[in-house]
Amino acid sequence: MIQLQNVSKQYANGKAVDDISFSIEEGETLVLLGTSGCGKTTTLRMINRLTEPTKGDIIVNGQDIKTQPPELLRRGIGYVLQHHGLFPHYTVAENIAIVPNLLKWNKEKTARRTDELLQKLQLSATVANLYPAQLSGGQQQRVGLARALAANPPVLLMDEPLGALDPVTRASIRKEFNNLDELKRKTILLVTHDVQEAFELGDRICLMNEGKIVQIGTAQELLFNPSDEFVSRFIKEQRFQLELESIQLKEVWRFLPKAIEGTDEKLLVPETTLWEAIETISQAKHPEAERFATTVSNQKKQIEIGSLMAAYTNYKNSIKA
Amino acid sequence: MNEQQQSLWSFIQQQSDKLLEQTLAHIGLTFISLLLSIIIAIPLGIWISRKKQWSGTILGIAGVLQTIPSIALLGFMIPLLGIGAKPAIVALMLYAFLPIIRNTFTGINQVNSSVTDAAKGMGMTSYQILFKVELPLAMPVILAGIRTATVINVGVATLAAYIAAGGLGEFIFGGIALNNTNMILAGAIPAALLAIFFDFLLARVQQLNIKNARISLISIPIILVGLSSFYLLPATIKGHMLAGFTPEFMGRSDGYLGLKSKYKLNIRTVVISDAVMYKAAFENQLDVISGYSTDGRLKAYDLVVLDDDKTIFPPYYAAPIVRQEILTKYAELEPALNLLSGRINDSIMTDLNYRVDHLKEPPEKVAREFLIRQNLYKEPRNGNKGIVRMGSKIFGEQYILLQMYSILIKGNTDLTVETKTGLGGTKICFDALTNNQIDMYPEYTGTGLLVILQPVNNVVQQIIGNKEKVYEYVQKEFINQYKIKWLKPIGFNNAYALMMRKKQAGELNIRTISDLKMFIDNN
Repeated sequence: MIQLQNVSKQYANGKAVDDISFSIEEGETLVLLGTSGCGKTTTLRMINRLTEPTKGDIIVNGQDIKTQPPELLRRGIGYVLQHHGLFPHYTVAENIAIVPNLLKWNKEKTARRTDELLQKLQLSATVANLYPAQLSGGQQQRVGLARALAANPPVLLMDEPLGALDPVTRASIRKEFNNLDELKRKTILLVTHDVQEAFELGDRICLMNEGKIVQIGTAQELLFNPSDEFVSRFIKEQRFQLELESIQLKEVWRFLPKAIEGTDEKLLVPETTLWEAIETISQAKHPEAERFATTVSNQKKQIEIGSLMAAYTNYKNSIKA
Repeated sequence: MNEQQQSLWSFIQQQSDKLLEQTLAHIGLTFISLLLSIIIAIPLGIWISRKKQWSGTILGIAGVLQTIPSIALLGFMIPLLGIGAKPAIVALMLYAFLPIIRNTFTGINQVNSSVTDAAKGMGMTSYQILFKVELPLAMPVILAGIRTATVINVGVATLAAYIAAGGLGEFIFGGIALNNTNMILAGAIPAALLAIFFDFLLARVQQLNIKNARISLISIPIILVGLSSFYLLPATIKGHMLAGFTPEFMGRSDGYLGLKSKYKLNIRTVVISDAVMYKAAFENQLDVISGYSTDGRLKAYDLVVLDDDKTIFPPYYAAPIVRQEILTKYAELEPALNLLSGRINDSIMTDLNYRVDHLKEPPEKVAREFLIRQNLYKEPRNGNKGIVRMGSKIFGEQYILLQMYSILIKGNTDLTVETKTGLGGTKICFDALTNNQIDMYPEYTGTGLLVILQPVNNVVQQIIGNKEKVYEYVQKEFINQYKIKWLKPIGFNNAYALMMRKKQAGELNIRTISDLKMFIDNN
């Protein structure tokens, strides 16, 4: 869906982006991760031509972006900014309707789409007539996303979409975004400096440093098969949590104790991550009375914190070997 | 105080037609120029917000325009645009530039960059970004600039009266020249009220919330065009002859009022400052002007004085006035000073003034050459019998006379001379004389009568038409009251006069003010 081929951006004071290539499949979310100044935002802005590359080709949806007028290109790509960038003189509804109006949708269609998006993003209908300044930070960011999704673009560019929020709001909105069906179908390029966010939202993660790609791959690849010291160092602080979050129950299934028979266990889906499983178990109201289990190919296995941790260690050893 | 208010009120009532006309002209003048300024300055402000490298230059130029004194800016406009509405509108427009350009620039720059970035990223064209995002968001700041410009323009527009563009300045400057407080207030109070009112009005528009920015975008131009239409361009009134009179002349009974009552002269008039009046007449923009009969510009601009055949202008014969004490002390002084008596008529004085004021020759040189031609020049004797202290007011004619007297005293007596030129106006010279700080200075009979002695009105009326009677009266009263002697008149009469271009006067065969009246009535 998106291909970058040997793209560079040269500024007067040096190279911001240095000969990078990657591609994003349709429906995939790729996260550009890195410290500030590593060139990740520049890379994103080159895709909707807010910045023109010095060298290299960018192909979106099979077409070289240089061959289309930038305004038309941008109308087909959703864009979410860190500081939401909502028009302060437009109401929420008017903000959402910006791209549909540029595309000359009729009023009814726009209104229907606005209502739909407000609902999906858990914004009450009364918000529609408010101005951005009257909203909370989390609401503003949701409206920003709704605006980017309004014309249903196949591609979404998100530049630190949650960067301006406090950690609590951030985590809850991240969960919401993760569960939003509209986003699941989109091809998304997301820029962040937050490791946690990258691992939670990205199908694949592209770690950048000084304008170059250090490693591109899945969460587990970065965690368990880092290409160099920089990658390990970058994720060191949150490594344990990230690892637990990157592994699903079905992956450690074979390391769990023997299958059991029974009916009173609470079942967790096999796609549950180890982190979520531990959270669920430790937050149980009656830890002594409740039991948890998961089923893979009709076999049920009980899960406890102790056995999960043992399975996790075994799994890690198995993939390193 | 109450009396003052009463008479101000009655003045306003008497002059209500004129006041209304001036107020409307003032509003129109302010807003036409404001409208033009907006049309030019806002696009310019937008442009420099795009091309930042030009912002310093453009704002610098607008800033320089702002620092030019208003009257000078109006003056610069005369050679380019003549007199009347055009130069005034252009000058006011230039004055309004800076606040509007600067605020447009600032307003657009302070729009949050993430908002413009979002607009661009969503696929808005640069026009759409400008009109849908930047201008609406910059509107409160731009309006603040327009508001500043409006208040500046209401103030500066009073000066338009100096170049025949009308407005409330006519009353203000007329009042100042005539020392008529009611007249000043009748102009100044409405001008101040206009400034306050428009400031208030624009403040309200500015406070409309951001949503209504779109409404103000539309309503402001409509209001401006509406207000501008108050200004009926004077050029649209057709007439054969146009007179330009100073604000002072307009309000004097021995000026325009006398022309109307004694000559029944019915001529179309505009108010204008004497600084530009002569040139405007020379450039065919005015046909008749009020001037001073020995002014050098009369010659410089080839004008001719119309004969005051019904003598409405009081005589202003020049003569030295000297403290009696010093005349007694040095008996040889008076004959020396009287050598000049009768030697200089109006046209000679005009010529001498022309050489000093227009050709910039030094007064000493002009004075010496004149005395040599008249065979009055004698080498200085370098005596040391005593000192005569001479003063003068600050204009060329007085400097020339002072130099002549200086040469005459040094050549004909053993006295030496000490000069104190540039003593400001009549009041300062006369006070210096009575306080024994100077011994003499050249004065004019009309000034002595009307400014210094200020006798009751019926005394003035009895003698004002007769130059000998005025001279006799001031001579007698000065000796009695101040022990100051009027010596013999020099000969010329530096009085008010009506003037026309020599060529036009000749073609139309107009020599007197009565001729002018006949001509106007017959056409």
